[in-house]
Amino acid sequence: MTQTFINARTATVTRPPAPAKRWTKTRIIGHLLVAFWAALIIGLVLDLYSAWDITLIETYGPKYWQGLVTTLTLVFSSIIFGAILSVPVAFGRMSKNRIGSAIAYAYVYFFRGTPLIAQVFLMYYGVSEFREKLEYVGLWWFFREAWYCAFLAFALNTAAYQAEILRGAIQSVSLGQWEGAASLGISKFVTFRKVILPQALIVALRPYGNEVILMIKGSAIVALVTVYDLMGYTKLAYSRTFDFQAYLWAAIFYLVLVEVLRHIWDWMERRITRHLIR
Amino acid sequence: MGSIALLGFGEGGWGYSIASGILVTVSLALATLPIGLLIGFFVALGKQAAEPSIRLAANMYTTIFRGLPELLTLFLVYFGAQIGIQKLGAMLGFSGTIEINSFLAGMFAMGAVFSSYASEVFLSAFRAIPRGQYEGGYAIGLSYGQTMWKVVLPQLIRIALPGLSNLWMILLKDTALVSAIGLADILRQTGVAARVTKHAFLFYGTACMIYLVLAILSSFVINAIEKRTTASGVRR
Repeated sequence: MTQTFINARTATVTRPPAPAKRWTKTRIIGHLLVAFWAALIIGLVLDLYSAWDITLIETYGPKYWQGLVTTLTLVFSSIIFGAILSVPVAFGRMSKNRIGSAIAYAYVYFFRGTPLIAQVFLMYYGVSEFREKLEYVGLWWFFREAWYCAFLAFALNTAAYQAEILRGAIQSVSLGQWEGAASLGISKFVTFRKVILPQALIVALRPYGNEVILMIKGSAIVALVTVYDLMGYTKLAYSRTFDFQAYLWAAIFYLVLVEVLRHIWDWMERRITRHLIR
Repeated sequence: MGSIALLGFGEGGWGYSIASGILVTVSLALATLPIGLLIGFFVALGKQAAEPSIRLAANMYTTIFRGLPELLTLFLVYFGAQIGIQKLGAMLGFSGTIEINSFLAGMFAMGAVFSSYASEVFLSAFRAIPRGQYEGGYAIGLSYGQTMWKVVLPQLIRIALPGLSNLWMILLKDTALVSAIGLADILRQTGVAARVTKHAFLFYGTACMIYLVLAILSSFVINAIEKRTTASGVRR
């Protein structure tokens, strides 16, 4: 017995030969496609390298950074405000009160059925039509600034989307959870906070992440209402220099931003669903 | 002048220009749809290919076009194509300015965005179709293409339809961005009217309402299609 063991250890293992990788049609196509992408990326890097102009970078670099900060503050403040606003809307959607649910439904339908850019225009150009009235009630300072208008339009828009996310997530928790908690004599509010919401938020995490990414991408349109976010400074740089690298840099910034967020969200999802992995 | 007259088709009314804007928006969305669906389908096929290089290429495509803001994609296509063709023209000895058709630029940009999202929808639909469907197709002597066309695709459409109809709604709204590159769509036409008449709220409000009506109309069409496709299928 021991002899065979020793032999087994010292014997040279002969593995079956690796299957020959043949140049099939799909493999050639795949390599060509990857080569195409690689050529594009190398071309991009070379283009940016050859167009490297330190005065341009010094002039517009800080502005891009400023624009990025504006984009992020705009997006995150409107998402937080929208999240607060989405709670009554979501409960309105779920309520049995017919008027309440109709109002909430109309709200959600309007903001999800019309383009964000039209909403921003309506808020910025449209509301300024009522300047005298707004000055009378003392709200003109708010609607005069493009940033505030964009913020309000974004917050109202994302509130509609977030309300639907929240509603879907809450309704995805089975009724038995409510009944179980009720049979233990737990009040409705505590049930919601400690039983329903933790389960609902796991379901809601991914759609929330998608919403954040959609808002970051959607926020580029504020450049059209004179807000200098990342896209705004990009447009400014392009209109002054006619250098296409202005747009290429913006593309890189946006891509990196979105990819970073996506990975953070993947990590969060893995982290909070640890207990669900079997 | 009353607000209704401003929106009407009479003298001083903006009805005709807004109607032409609706035509542009709808035709742009309809022109983008087949391109987006076709590319999206092939990208989805690429994403589930056995060959890793094809998967890599397909994933890069979706990462790029889902990561870029739609407006930036539009500008990249519009100005990028302009500069690219200009350079190509200069190489061939043609000097002069070349204008890119903003409709075409919008179509390609929207098509790229739509297809990258559609590929995700198709991919999850592909995963919902059991292997046995392919094997059954091969067992009765159908080729790969025939199996795809006659066995898989009909089921695929049924599964992907809700996701695709969502994307159609998004596409319809995204077309509003082409007003930024000067295409006379709904938002552009109402914007011009708003600037001329100083009734911005009325006209932008009208634009929103038109988009809402378009969304409602398309949901009717989608419901009809859904009914047709589910009628011919078995419930699983």
